[in-house]
Amino acid sequence: MDIKEIYNILKLAFEEGIGEPVTDKPVDPYMIIDAKNINAVCLFLRDEERLQFDYLNCLSGVDYDKDNLAVVYHLSSFALNHKLVLKTVVPKTDPNVPTVSDVWAAADWHEREAYDLIGVIFENHPDLRRILCPEDWEGHSLRKDYKVPEFYNGMKVPY
Amino acid sequence: MAEIRTEDMVLNMGPQHPSTHGVLRLQLTLEGEIVIDVKPYIGYLHRCFEKHTEAMTYPQVIPYADRMDYVNAMSNELSYVIAVEKLMGIEVPERVEYIRVIMSELQRLASHLLAIGTYGNDAGAFTPFLYCMATRERVLELFEITCGARLLYNYFWVGGLSHDIPVNFQKKVKEFVEFFKPKVSELNNLLSFNKIFIERTANIGILPADYAINAGAAGPVLRGSGIKFDLRKNDPYSIYPKFDFDIPVGQGLKGTVGDNWDRYMVRIHEMEESIKIIEQAIDNIPEGDVQSQIPKRVKPPVGEVYARTETPKGELGYYIISDGSLNPYRVKARSPSFCNLSLIRALSKGYMIADVVMTLGSLDIVLGCIDR
Amino acid sequence: MGILNKLDTHIEQFESGNIIITSADKLLNWGRLSSMWQMFFGLACCAIEMMATSASHYDLDRFGIIPRPSPRHIDIILISGTVTLKMATRIKRLWEQMPEPKYCLSMGSCANCGGPYWEHGYHVLKGVDRIIPVDVYVPGCPPRPEALLEGLLKLQEKIRNQSLARKTN
Repeated sequence: MDIKEIYNILKLAFEEGIGEPVTDKPVDPYMIIDAKNINAVCLFLRDEERLQFDYLNCLSGVDYDKDNLAVVYHLSSFALNHKLVLKTVVPKTDPNVPTVSDVWAAADWHEREAYDLIGVIFENHPDLRRILCPEDWEGHSLRKDYKVPEFYNGMKVPY
Repeated sequence: MAEIRTEDMVLNMGPQHPSTHGVLRLQLTLEGEIVIDVKPYIGYLHRCFEKHTEAMTYPQVIPYADRMDYVNAMSNELSYVIAVEKLMGIEVPERVEYIRVIMSELQRLASHLLAIGTYGNDAGAFTPFLYCMATRERVLELFEITCGARLLYNYFWVGGLSHDIPVNFQKKVKEFVEFFKPKVSELNNLLSFNKIFIERTANIGILPADYAINAGAAGPVLRGSGIKFDLRKNDPYSIYPKFDFDIPVGQGLKGTVGDNWDRYMVRIHEMEESIKIIEQAIDNIPEGDVQSQIPKRVKPPVGEVYARTETPKGELGYYIISDGSLNPYRVKARSPSFCNLSLIRALSKGYMIADVVMTLGSLDIVLGCIDR
Repeated sequence: MGILNKLDTHIEQFESGNIIITSADKLLNWGRLSSMWQMFFGLACCAIEMMATSASHYDLDRFGIIPRPSPRHIDIILISGTVTLKMATRIKRLWEQMPEPKYCLSMGSCANCGGPYWEHGYHVLKGVDRIIPVDVYVPGCPPRPEALLEGLLKLQEKIRNQSLARKTN
């Protein structure tokens, strides 16, 4: 099933918050979903008979542009063997996105990673802690404006 | 009678622990010998792969991709170069595809041998480790004569390869295949059907199929739960559709479907399948130039791509966003070990402490891939 | 008497009876350098080469180097791989738990100086010698097993020339 058909199904089920598929750029087309809808949309995608997106391949946080962060969801289906890319864009001043870890258990650690490196805050996540950097680390290192600290715990960081 | 107050014990395992397969730390909550909770702490090998990619040009990322999952560097490269080639729309010559497939399958053997060897070691059997490492050395020899490196190769380039294969490569691979074939049954006699080993692995760490999918398990861990899914067949890339091979799945021969022994056995069978693929490919390598399609400047158009391949550990995906410059805007690696390790909590609850080690070994994790 | 050749030149052996005269340093050093127990501890890519070195093909056992899981049993620690900031404090603690005399071999570029991660590795310690003293550096990314063996032989040489009484380096 291609992204146009999925878009039509979603459009019928949800009144608003589903963006038109972006298909003009190479390679993977994607849809932009409103952050407040993302949990409901994902649950629908997983449970709907015609879609059955049962597998979350990847969840990535992205420093999208100057003012925004994004979370990208790569989904696929074992039963129907099709794929989908969703994005949700949130402003840097209020980077709150509802968690999807109740939809796919796989999202749990991916969301923690996105929180750690990009700084997206996942609402209702069961255990939102830093995962890769130490717990007393400051800042989110994959932001484009991230400055490497001079010292950490008395150890010099730059070469 | 007054109730005796008991307290749970918290035991710290790692980051320096011989059985954690690297620098992983597990915080075990115990009730006597029984594990009631496991809390993994990772990040002790966080080497900032994703930050590096943003400062490097596309070809410069390949050596870093090598160092992610360092026991199967070839497969890491393959996944990355396929992603960039997809983004740029490069068609790779058939000779390159054949060599890539042979190299990836050889790498699968090396990786599985290491996984099986260390798994035996986890169970207290040191001899299989020595046998596996000796066999693995033969695979590394083949890589060495091809590209000069034993472990981290930088061999697959965007659009081609760094070197052509040496003249006697095909002969050497055939010799290796003949050498390797009896090794599987040797390993089976030594370890797989060993009574003690079966006792330690069967019926332990059972992973039900529906949870495996929901939790994002990949590779032998997913197949161990009886799901016949392999990206080489289900979402084919490179020239895998040309070859005839099976996808081994866990059948619960010694216990329940999805237990540690099943996951282990999937790896053993996968080695046999890899040998099949190598045998089919080695005689049919077409002539050609392996560097004809390498672009002078790797500068993909604005866009994004998610390319996934089946590495020995499972689905490795690279999500690359290009802003049209020489450096990637963002590279995210979906590492199979990362997703597989997140299962450890569900798999270890209710078993003994010693079983945690066996379950962890059966997931075959590499910390470089998890922490990146 | 092949064993005696491994001791240095200052040996006197009497014709009758099993009596050898040598200096205490020489004897102790010979014992120490022939049984350098190593920590069962790997960090990153180099750990795989370290495992390959201790397995059957290269066989570290013949130098008396056996991996031990506890820092309290060991003589040398092989820092085999990238040391991250999160790991650095743990390595320091392991080093402090080792009994004297103790040695450190830094294996691979990452442990020597940060390696390929020297520039953008915000979470990588640029050389393990920033936290613990290093006796031998082995270059390479990763070093071949032969290079690691050479490094260990250099360490043996260092031990051979030490005196426990004066503890010079």
